[in-house]
Amino acid sequence: MRTFLIRRILAAIPTLLAVSLIIFLLLHSAPGGPMAVYANNPNVDPEDLRRLEQSLGLHDPYPVQYAKWLGSMLTGNWGVSYKYARPVGAILGERILATLQLVLVSLLIAAVIAIPVGVLGATARPALQRVVGAASMLGVSVPTFWLGIVVLLLLSVKVRLLPSGGMATIGADFSLADRLWHLLAPAAVLATLEIAGWSRYLRSMLLESLGQDYIRTARAKGLAEWRIVMRHALRNALLPLITLLGLQGGRLVGGALITETVFSWPGMGRLLVESLAARDYPVLMAAFMLMSVLVIAGNLAADLTYGVADPRIRLE
Amino acid sequence: MAVATSVQSVPSAVRRAGSLRLLLSRVGHDPTAAGGTAFLIVVAALALLAPVLSPHDPYAIVDRPLRPAGEQTVLGTDDVGRDLLSRLLYGARVTLAVGVGAALLTAGIGTVIGALAGFYGGRTDTALSGLVNVMLSVPALPLALVIGAFVEMSLPILILVIGGVSWTSSARIVRAETLSLREREFVASARALGAGDGRLILRHILINAMPPIIVAATLQVATAILAESALSYLGYGIQPPVASWGNMLQNAQRYLRRAPELAIYPGLLISLTVVSINFVGDALRDALDPARRGAPNW
Repeated sequence: MRTFLIRRILAAIPTLLAVSLIIFLLLHSAPGGPMAVYANNPNVDPEDLRRLEQSLGLHDPYPVQYAKWLGSMLTGNWGVSYKYARPVGAILGERILATLQLVLVSLLIAAVIAIPVGVLGATARPALQRVVGAASMLGVSVPTFWLGIVVLLLLSVKVRLLPSGGMATIGADFSLADRLWHLLAPAAVLATLEIAGWSRYLRSMLLESLGQDYIRTARAKGLAEWRIVMRHALRNALLPLITLLGLQGGRLVGGALITETVFSWPGMGRLLVESLAARDYPVLMAAFMLMSVLVIAGNLAADLTYGVADPRIRLE
Repeated sequence: MAVATSVQSVPSAVRRAGSLRLLLSRVGHDPTAAGGTAFLIVVAALALLAPVLSPHDPYAIVDRPLRPAGEQTVLGTDDVGRDLLSRLLYGARVTLAVGVGAALLTAGIGTVIGALAGFYGGRTDTALSGLVNVMLSVPALPLALVIGAFVEMSLPILILVIGGVSWTSSARIVRAETLSLREREFVASARALGAGDGRLILRHILINAMPPIIVAATLQVATAILAESALSYLGYGIQPPVASWGNMLQNAQRYLRRAPELAIYPGLLISLTVVSINFVGDALRDALDPARRGAPNW
C-alpha cells in the first residue's frame, strides 16, 4: 500500500511538469505577451511599461522564465495578482473554499438522488425503466449553464423565491442559513450532471450484479426482493461509484466554472474566467496548476478508496 | 494468394451480411432513438435550408431590440434588433458544423494515437499513454478557454480547439480494441502471409474496431456541441455577429426579465439536439454490442 502510494505520487511528477510546461508555453506564446493589455492603454507610459516588464523578468529567455516560475511555484511564492494587487495564494485560498462548498453540497445532493434513481432504473417495470432512462439522458444532455439560466428565470425572476446569485445577501452578517440559501440553486444545477451520470452507471452495475450467482442463492433462501437488492446487489454496485466520485471530484472543480459564472459564485472557475478577461497571468497560471493537482489527487484518491473498499483489489 | 484473400474475407464477410439493414431495424425499434433520428433529420434540413427558410438576413436590424413576436418577426428580435428565427436557423449551421467537425477530428486523432499505442506497445505505448495521462490531468474546459482567449477565434479554429482537448477517450477505446485485436488469429495469419504493419493496422485491426469508434464519434458530436455552447456562452467561442446557439445565450441572461425567449429557444434547441444524438448513439452501441441486449435500453 505504501509503495503503491509512493510510486503513484512519483509518477504524478512528470505529468505535472508536462502540464506546467503546456500552461507556461500557452500563456507566454499569447500575442503581445502578458503586458499586451497595457501596451494599448494611452495612460500607460511606454517607459514605465518597459521597466515593469524588466522587473517582472519578462525580458529573460523562456527557459529562464520557466525555471524561475517553476521554482517560485514550488516554494509557495506564487506572486502578486496584476488585477487585485494581492498575493495569489491568498486569492486562491478564498476562491477554492467557495468552490469546495459548492462542489461538496452538490455531490451530497447528487448521491441522495442518484442512488434511489439508479435502483429504480434497474428494478422497476420495464416501462418505468424507460421513463427514468430517458429522464437521465436528458440530464446529461442539457447544457449546465442553460439549466442554470432557466432556474434563475423560474425561481428568482418569475417567482422571487431564490437569490439571483452571489454567496450572501448584501449587507447581511454571515449566517449558515443564508449561505445554504444561496448555495441551493447552483449546487442543485451542478448536481444534475452527476445525478444523471451516476444513476446510469449505478443501474448498469446493479443489472450486472443482479445476474450473479450469489443473488440467485439469496433468492433461493427466500429473501425478500428489496432486501436482496439493498443488502446484496447494491453494496457491490456502489463500489465502482466510489471510483467515479474520485475521478470526477477533481474534475468538478474545473467543471463548476460555468455554474459559478451563471450564479456569480466567487469560486475558482469564475476566478479563472475573470483573470482570463483581465489577462492576470500570475493568477491564471497558479489557478490552472492547482486545478491539475486536484484532478491528479482525485484520480489517486479514487484508486486508493477502491483498494480499501474492495479487498480483492491489491494495490501494488 | 488465394489463401490470403479467404483469410481476410472472413471478418469482412460476416460484417457485410446485411448488417446495415439489421442495424437500422434494431435502432428503429428503439422509440427514443427513432424520435432522436427524426429530430436530427429535421434540424439538419433546417440548417441546410437556412438561406431559403430565413425570413430575414440574420445580420440585419429589422426592428427595435427585444421586440416580442409580431407582424415583423415570427419569434421577435434579439438585443440588437435582429430577427431571432433567422439567427436560430443560421446558428444551427454553425453549431452542427462545430459538433460534427470536432467529433471527426476527435475520432481521427484518437484513432491514430490509440492504434499506434496499442499495436506497437512498448515505448511507443508508454509515450502515447503518458500523453493521454497528461491531457487527462488538465481540466479540459479551462484549457479550451485559455486557448480560446489567446487565438483569433473562427469556426475552423474552434473545431481544432475542441477536438484538440477531447480526443483522449477515443484514444483509450481504440487502444484497448487494438490490444485485443492484434492477438487474434486472423491478424497473426495475415502477418504470417507477409502483410506489413500499415496493412495490418488499416485493413485488419481498425476495420474491426469500427463499431466502437463510430459509437464514440457519434456521442462525441453531442459533447462537442455542449462544449461549443459553453465556450461561446463565456465569450471565447464563435464570435458575434456570427450566430451560434451557444453565443446567442451569451447576452440572454442580461435580458431574462424583458425577453426570456432569447434564453429559452437556443437552449431548448441545444438540449433537444444533444439528447437526440445521445439516444441515437446509445441505440447504436446496443445494436452493435450483443452483450448489451436484454434489459430496456437507457
